[in-house]
This record gives sequence, C-alpha cells and structure tokens, in this order.
Amino acid sequence: MKAPLLSLERITHHFGRVRALEDVSMTVRAGTVHALLGENGAGKSTLMRIAFGLLSPDQGVLRLNGVATTLTSPADALAAGVGMVHQHFTLVPAMTVTENVALGAHGLYRRADAARRVRDVAARAGLALDPHARVSDLPVGAQQRCEIVKALSRDVRVLILDEPTAVLAPAEAAELLQWVRRHADAGNAVVLITHKLRDALAIANDITVLRNGRVVSAGADEAGLVHAMVGEASRDDGVHSNAREARQSPAPSEMQGRNVISIRDVVVRDPQQVVRVRHATITVRAGEIVGLCAVEGAGQHELLRVLAGRLRASNGTVQIPPIVGFVPEDRHRDALLLDAPLYENIALRQAGTRRGRMRWRTFRQQTTQLMSAFDVRATGADATARTLSGGNQQKLVLGRELDRTRDALVVENPSRGLDFRATTAVHQALRDARHAGLAIVFYSSDLDEVLSLADRVFAMYNGTLIPATMTRDAIGRAMLGGGAADVHA
Amino acid sequence: MNGRVQQAVQSILTVTALLAMAALLLAMLLAVTGYAVKPALIALVRGAFGSWYAITSATIVRLVPLALAGLAVAVAFRAGILNIGAEGQLLIGAAAATAVSGTLIGEPSWIALPIILVTGASAGGCWAAVAGVLRLRFGVLEVISTIMLNFLALYITGWLVRGPLQEPTRINPQSATLPIDMQLPVLLDGTRLHAGVVITVLVAVAVWCWLAHSASGFRLRAVGANAHAAAATGQIRVPRTLFAAFALSGVLAGLGGAVEYTGITFALYENFSPGYGYTAIAVALLARLHPLGVLGTALLFAALEAGANAMQRDAGVPSVVVSVVEATLILLVVAADRWQSRSTVPARLTNEAGA
Amino acid sequence: MSIDEVSVLTVSASFLEAAVRTATPLTLAALGESVSERAGVINIGLEGSIIAGALGGTIAAGAFGVTGGFFAGAVAGMAIATIFACFTVWMRADQIITGTAITLLALGLTGTLYRTLYGSGGVALATPTASVYAIPGLSQLPLIGRALFAQPVVTYALYAITPVLAWWMQCTQAGLALRAVGEHPEAAIAAGIAPRRVQALAVLFAGAMAGLAGATLVLAQAGTFVEGMSAGRGFIAIAIVVLGRWKPLGVAAAALLFGAANSLQGVFQSMGFVGVPYQLFLAIPYLLTLLVLAGASTRSAAPAALGQREL
Repeated sequence: MKAPLLSLERITHHFGRVRALEDVSMTVRAGTVHALLGENGAGKSTLMRIAFGLLSPDQGVLRLNGVATTLTSPADALAAGVGMVHQHFTLVPAMTVTENVALGAHGLYRRADAARRVRDVAARAGLALDPHARVSDLPVGAQQRCEIVKALSRDVRVLILDEPTAVLAPAEAAELLQWVRRHADAGNAVVLITHKLRDALAIANDITVLRNGRVVSAGADEAGLVHAMVGEASRDDGVHSNAREARQSPAPSEMQGRNVISIRDVVVRDPQQVVRVRHATITVRAGEIVGLCAVEGAGQHELLRVLAGRLRASNGTVQIPPIVGFVPEDRHRDALLLDAPLYENIALRQAGTRRGRMRWRTFRQQTTQLMSAFDVRATGADATARTLSGGNQQKLVLGRELDRTRDALVVENPSRGLDFRATTAVHQALRDARHAGLAIVFYSSDLDEVLSLADRVFAMYNGTLIPATMTRDAIGRAMLGGGAADVHA
Repeated sequence: MNGRVQQAVQSILTVTALLAMAALLLAMLLAVTGYAVKPALIALVRGAFGSWYAITSATIVRLVPLALAGLAVAVAFRAGILNIGAEGQLLIGAAAATAVSGTLIGEPSWIALPIILVTGASAGGCWAAVAGVLRLRFGVLEVISTIMLNFLALYITGWLVRGPLQEPTRINPQSATLPIDMQLPVLLDGTRLHAGVVITVLVAVAVWCWLAHSASGFRLRAVGANAHAAAATGQIRVPRTLFAAFALSGVLAGLGGAVEYTGITFALYENFSPGYGYTAIAVALLARLHPLGVLGTALLFAALEAGANAMQRDAGVPSVVVSVVEATLILLVVAADRWQSRSTVPARLTNEAGA
Repeated sequence: MSIDEVSVLTVSASFLEAAVRTATPLTLAALGESVSERAGVINIGLEGSIIAGALGGTIAAGAFGVTGGFFAGAVAGMAIATIFACFTVWMRADQIITGTAITLLALGLTGTLYRTLYGSGGVALATPTASVYAIPGLSQLPLIGRALFAQPVVTYALYAITPVLAWWMQCTQAGLALRAVGEHPEAAIAAGIAPRRVQALAVLFAGAMAGLAGATLVLAQAGTFVEGMSAGRGFIAIAIVVLGRWKPLGVAAAALLFGAANSLQGVFQSMGFVGVPYQLFLAIPYLLTLLVLAGASTRSAAPAALGQREL
C-alpha cells in the first residue's frame, strides 16, 4: 500500500500553559477529501497550522509520503507539497491576481509569463479568474479562487481549506464543494476544516473529529458526529435541543410589544458612494429577536450599525431609542480596550456623554456586580481585558451593553470564536434579555444559529432586505436574491 | 489598592534599575574611550546638583522646556497620536510669543505676560492642528507630517529673526531682547530660577488630574487605547477627540516655547531650541507617558545635560556622551516593555486558537 | 551674446551643479529609506546611520583612502541600522520610538568618538576627498554638462543604482516580496516569505545607503567631519520618499528638487539679491511634500502596513 500523502502522528501542542492539542493523529490519503470537524476552539486550525509549518508541535511526528519531516515555515510546507487556504484570505489587496500568485518564488518576475501560468493553472483546475484584476476589486468568491490557484500553482498535492464555505452563499458553497470533490478525484488530497457537518458528510471520504484538542471517535452518521463534536453537553442542551427549546418558548404575540426600532426606506452609501443598503424597512418590537442572514458583504454590517445608531443613513427615516446596546463581532477590535482594566472597559459605555469627574470607585463596584451577574470569570475588576478568555470577554461586552439599555440591542455574530459552553451562555443571556422586553436584532454567519435563536428572520442580498420564512431552504434562496440560479462570481 | 501599591513599587524598582544601568553604561563608555571615570562622574553630579546655583540655574531651569514638551508628547501618545512635532510647535510658540511681545511694549506685566504665554500656547496648538487636519481630513500619517512641520517651523523662525522680528540694529539674526518687566519673575535672587517652574508643575498636575479623573481625559485615553472600540460605543466622537488631542499637545509644546522665551532666552533666534522637542519624546517615553512621571524624567534629563556641561568643562569629557546614555535608557525601556509583553503573548495566542 | 546672458548662464549652470551635488547624499539616503518603507519599516533612525557613515568614512579614509572611506561609511551606517533592526524587526518594538533613540545614540556616539580620537578642538583633518571626475565630452554640454557629468564618482553610481532599484522592485520576485511585506505581511507569510528577514535586509540596505550618504558628505563635499553634520538629512530623506511616492525614479527626482531648493541660496547671493528670504525657499519642498501628501493618490501609494508593529 502506498504511504499516505500526509500523516500527523501523536501531535501535542501548547500555547503557554494552555494545551491546544493532545496526542492527535490523522492520516490524509491521496485521492480523498478528509474533513476535520470540531467546534470553534477544538484545535482544528492549530493542527493544520502545524501541518502548514506555521507552528512546530511540542511533540509528535509529521510525515509526508511516509517520510518524517520537520516544517519550520510555510515555505517548507509549500516546497513539500502542502498548501493552505486560510479562512481569512492572505492576499495582498493592492496587488493583482498574478502578482499574488507569483509571490514567494525566486528569481525574476516576468509579468506576462506569470499571467500565463495563472491562466493555465486556473484553466486546468476549472476555476474562472482574471489574472490582471486587482485583488481589492474582486468579490469574495473570486478572491477564494485566487487563493486556491495560488496554492495549486505551487504544485501542492495536499490542499488544506480552512472553513472555505463560511464566506460563501449556499449555492457558491455547493459549487466549491463539488470542485473540491473533483480535485481530490484527480489524485490529490484535500483537508477540509469545517464545523459544518453537512459539508463534511456531503463530500468527505474520511472524517476526523476534534474536541478540546483531542481526537474523538465518531460514528459516520450525523447524530454520532454531533455527539462527538459537542461532547456530553449535547445530551442536555446541544445545538438541536437549543433550537427546539427556542421554538417551544412562548412566541411573542403579534400584537404584544411596542415598536422599539423602526426604520423605513433606509439607504446607506459608503464613503466611495457605493450603495451598501437599499431601501431597507424593518420594525422590531419589544420582546422579540430578529435574526439576519447574509453572505459576507451584503450590507448587513452597515444595516446593523444604522439600527444601533452607530452609522448615519444616507436616506430614509430611522426611529431608534436614544441608547441602543451594540455587540460587534470583532471584540478585540471594536469592543474592548485590551490593555485597560475591566472597570475602564465598563466605563466606556457612558464615556461619550459624561462630563466632569470619573468616579472610578463606583465603576469598580458596578464592574464587580456585572461580573457576577453575567458569570464573567476574571481575577477581579482590575484585571486587564486581555487576560480574559474569549468567552468571558464576550460575556463582559454583552453584560456592558445590556446594562446600558432597557430598550434595544444589536448583536453581530454573538458566538464567534466561543466554545460551546460560552455560546450557550451568550444565547441564554440574549433570550433572557428578550424576556425582559428588549428588542433584539442579531446577525450570524451561521444559519443554524439564526434558526435556533430568532423569532423572525430576514435575509440580505446585495443590500436588499428580504423577509424570509424560518427554513434553511427559504433563507438560503433569499440570501441569493430569490433564486439559486442567480449566482455569479 | 494592593495591586496599585505593588505596581508603584515595581515601577520605582524598574526606574532604579534603569538608572543604575545608565550610570554603569556611562562609566563603561568613559573607561573605553579612555577618560578617568571617577572625576568625570563627580563633575557630572556636581554640575547638576553640586550647588544651590547648579540645582536652580542649571538643572531645574533646563527641566522646564523639557517637561512641557514632554507633556505635549505624552498627551499625544496617550491618544495614539505619534506627534514628533513638539520641536516645531515649541518653536512656533516661541515665535508667536516674540511677535506679540513686540506689540505689548509699555503694557503692565500682569497684562503682557499672560497674553504672551497664551499667544505662544495657542500658536503651538494651531501648528499641531495643521497635522491634525492633515490626518483627520486627508489621512496623512502624523509621523511624516510633523517632520515636515518641524522643518517649516525652523525655516520660518530663521526667516523671522532675519526679517520681521530682527532686532533694531539689524546686525544679529535674533529678535530684540524682551524688556525686563515682561520677563517671567525670578523666584530666587541671584539665580535664573523663574516662575516658569511653577507653571510647569501646575500644568503637569493639571494634565495628570485631567487624564486620570475626568471624563474627557478618559475619552482621550480610550481613543488612544482602541479607536475602533471608542467609536463603537456610538457616543465618543473619535475625530473630535483626536483633534483636541493634537491641539492640546501643541498648546503644551507652544507654552514650553513661550515660557522658555519669557523665562530664559528673552529673545528668539535660529537655534532657539537645542532639540527640546526631540528629547521630549525620550522624556515622555521614559515616564511611561505619565504626566507626573514626565516631571521626574525631565529632571533626570535636565540634570544629565547640566552635568554634562560641567563634565566637559571640568573633566574634558565631551558632553554629547549623555546623548548616548539617554538613548540607551530609552532602548532599555523599550526592550523591557517588549520583554514584559512577551509574557502576555500566550494569552493572546490562546484566544486566537479559540477563534 | 551679451554679458548679462553669459552671467545668467553661468549662474544657472553653477546652480544646477550645486543642486545635483546637494541632492547626491539625499538621493542615496532616500533610496535606501524607500526600500525600507516599502517593507513597512519607517526608519527615523536614518539620521543616525548618516552621521555614523560620515564618521566611519572619515576615519577609514584617513587610513585606507577614499574608496575605503565609502566602504567603511556604508558599514558604519549598516551597523547603526542593525541596532534599529534588532529592536523593530526582531523585538517588534515601536519604530518611531526606536528610531528617535537610535538617532540620539548615533549623534552622541559619533560626537564622543570624534572628540576622543581627534581631540576636543576637533583638529582639522587631512581627510582625502573624492575628486570631481569630469566625463570628457558630456561635461562640455551647455548648462547641464557640468551639473550632471562633472561630479564625484558616487553621483555617477546613482545613475546606475536608481534605475536598477526601480527595475528590481517591479521585475524580480524579491522586489515583489518586499512590496508584499509592506502591504500585507500575513499574505507574505502565507506565500512562504519570511517578513522579518525581508524587513531586516531592507533596513540594513537602508542603513548602508544612509552610511554612504554620510561618507559622501565628508569625502565628496565638506572634506572633514563636523559633529552633527547630518543636519536633519535623515528626516529630509523621509520627506523625499513621500514626495517621490515610494518609487526609485520619483525619489531621485524629489531629491533633486530638495537639492535645488537648498542651492537657491547660493544663486541669490551670487546675483546680489541680499534681501530675499531664502529660508522661505528652503521651506518650499516641505510645503510641497505636505500638499502632495494630502492628495489621495499619494496616500494610496503608501505601503499599507507602514509603521505597523505586529506581523
């Protein structure tokens, strides 16, 4: 039997004192798609960063074609035939497709030759791509194709794709998965990192499931995999029971609840005068959660910021409460002062309107109270935000935003980067807030999260807001502007 | 509270260690270059603190422009603005003070002096505001724009002292001497210690109170710590806060120029500032951008420079050697900072791994 | 030809000659800085490399002649840049803070060393200097002949370095890698490029070029070392890079403009315009740089990751 293209044997890795991987093994054979499944934080990306030479494991062996190898950099990995497409693209926006693909080689850079090579590789792989387009001008799907061509042009046999469908609309995602299958059938190997069971089951030959940095054995069926991914917790309040519970909780009566948020015919243009939101009209009542589904770049972030009062609409009428809580998806960038103590992070909520003296003693007390109310685990109100885990940071931000408003809350990807338990806690906090009469709007890139949490759902397509019924199919179609046929790059 | 005491102790220990290392380094440098170490160091200490006159007229008097410009840098850096234009703002402040003092001849000093100081401060603020507008309106990196503005200020000063502001005899490239009743009062007879010292201490305390305990000071720090997060609160107007920080920084540096003019030089000339604005960056950084700390580090730098002059005079050691010490201190602080932050890296990586 | 016309021609020719002479060290330093900035590192410590190059050039020229002086200047500039690279590239410390400290360090070190080596009086040194080499024929061209073709050899070297650098940035993989590191380091890493190595090399190159600039000041212009003789040229080089929009040919043109502004003073003096405020002419290039900076196209030409610390 031929040696597998890539095998990782008994890999252990730590970040400081935190163990990210323990005794993990997996084998990737030629001609197969190998799905690497797991919740956020299970260690999938860490494992593949090791396979791509970005991290060196504390213990364990990496074999390529059966030969034990040490990869000290992505350059090593590429030379050895391992390529990786990261979830966040690693393209230089200011450069052309050709320049991006050529990047990392040696010698002279001949533009015409390089462009021809891009065309060749793309054609052979069956991917459409303009070699001379600037990457910053390309839509997400084309950028992803550029990433793939970039990897293929280095003649890699093992292609690692990190959550490749997360940024794509369902139809585009399906197309990509079909391509992955064909690519593997041609004798290559593809590792598909994902937390979407459906993707894995659809095309994978082999499946490895990681949980808390260990490989867990799993059955081949959906139920077995779910159990493997989320562990014991799935018995009492797993993803699916969450959804069920949400349905069972009393649906808000149509007539109950006053209108808290109401916008009509809102148009948002970005600084370059490109229309991001087209005539959006939406009303959110007290005591309901409205979910928003969209492909990345459909204008959802702009719309959410209008609803939260953080962005002025170019046209249209906006009626929102004076204070709307807002939980942005990138906590580190948009919500926290990472090197400041927690009480200063809490003080941030009123910093804009306060005058005169800051009473830090009061803020410390409030912070301590808030930490116990929202189960934020930290050494105290004086700890810096950076020292908290992602889940505790998110609970702190959510607590801060809920504490400042009695009316409305806008949330973006509430569980991004959180483990299962923290996700559950955040979802519960949102449900409690709904129960307390808040009007809540949230967007998630995860359709299942929207389905499990929302009372009503809207989809957004290319700036247009479309009401949708609560089924995967309906939402998926709406996200693409009504028809799945209507997909272009 | 316990944590704060610990923090204070730690920072005192760090500073002591740095000073010891600086002294050691200076000694080594002197030994290597073949100077007698002991007499040189004695001359240095004596020149800075050896006599009442040395303390007041050499050391403390040097502290004033360094501390005010250092406060300017500290405020800007706290807001995340890399203002390396304190030099230019100080010069423009001094130039404006000179210009306005020429129109105030004959006014009583309690009218003239405040006007001179306020004019200098405002001019410095306006000069920094140019960099502010360029950054906020046109997205120009202030690091680059303030370098340009420093050169412009230098050339404007050079032109002024040969043109509109030149002294009446038109011989020397400098302005007319400030009449004695418009100078800052001397605090101790027989020394050069002037009232600018009091102004400096008051300003430093005021800036500290404002940054640490006022809402607007907190806004400035929040914007500096994370402008995105400040903007996402929906209430902090980031551009306005940044602009205010630019202006305030310039006001402090401009005040430094005006105080130096009314307290020490009494005239404007081309090399009015021997690089106060650049040394101020070191002063602010060594103080970890803490306004009260700036007083301390400005004292250290002033003493080093006062002592260096004495060292050159008495022991024949080139005074520029203290630049090496100053630079090494900054590099040590930078290295210590990086070493400290390295210990927090795992936490960050863990978060990333969870993402 | 009337006497007036002759004198105008002479003055213009000598003005151009002075402009090119002044521009030579500026171009050297600015070309180096443009490479470093293209890799995302803004080196405020360039001033330090220039002064180190000046002293290194002075010392070595005394022992090994002019060529040795230029070589030693480049090495001295690179040595200072090595300290800068250790802090900014290896430790990822703030570039502005480190650069400020490095400038201070180099000014102090050179001053101390100079006085230690040559006594406190700063004895006038018998430093050999690079003589002007007039290219036969070309240097006879009217107006621009002497300006372009009767200069020290280091100026002629620039005629080669500048286009080669421009070609290298656009047409080699290394140039592509350099630009990628300055635009988007993550992308460079993913492509198998080691951004730190690229940045370190770029910073060292900038240091060597700045050192050459310093050596030029001594060996081809002043003829002796003076404390602090870099006189802000490191900062001027940063302005030049901006005005030249980070492109070698643009940088050379911008340096020429700065050189011309500096040389106007001589023109005014020789033509007897005593009252002209030449400081204002000196200010023009900086004003121009500010205006150009405010233009949208320049901002987009700036490397996106310039000055950023994290990789």
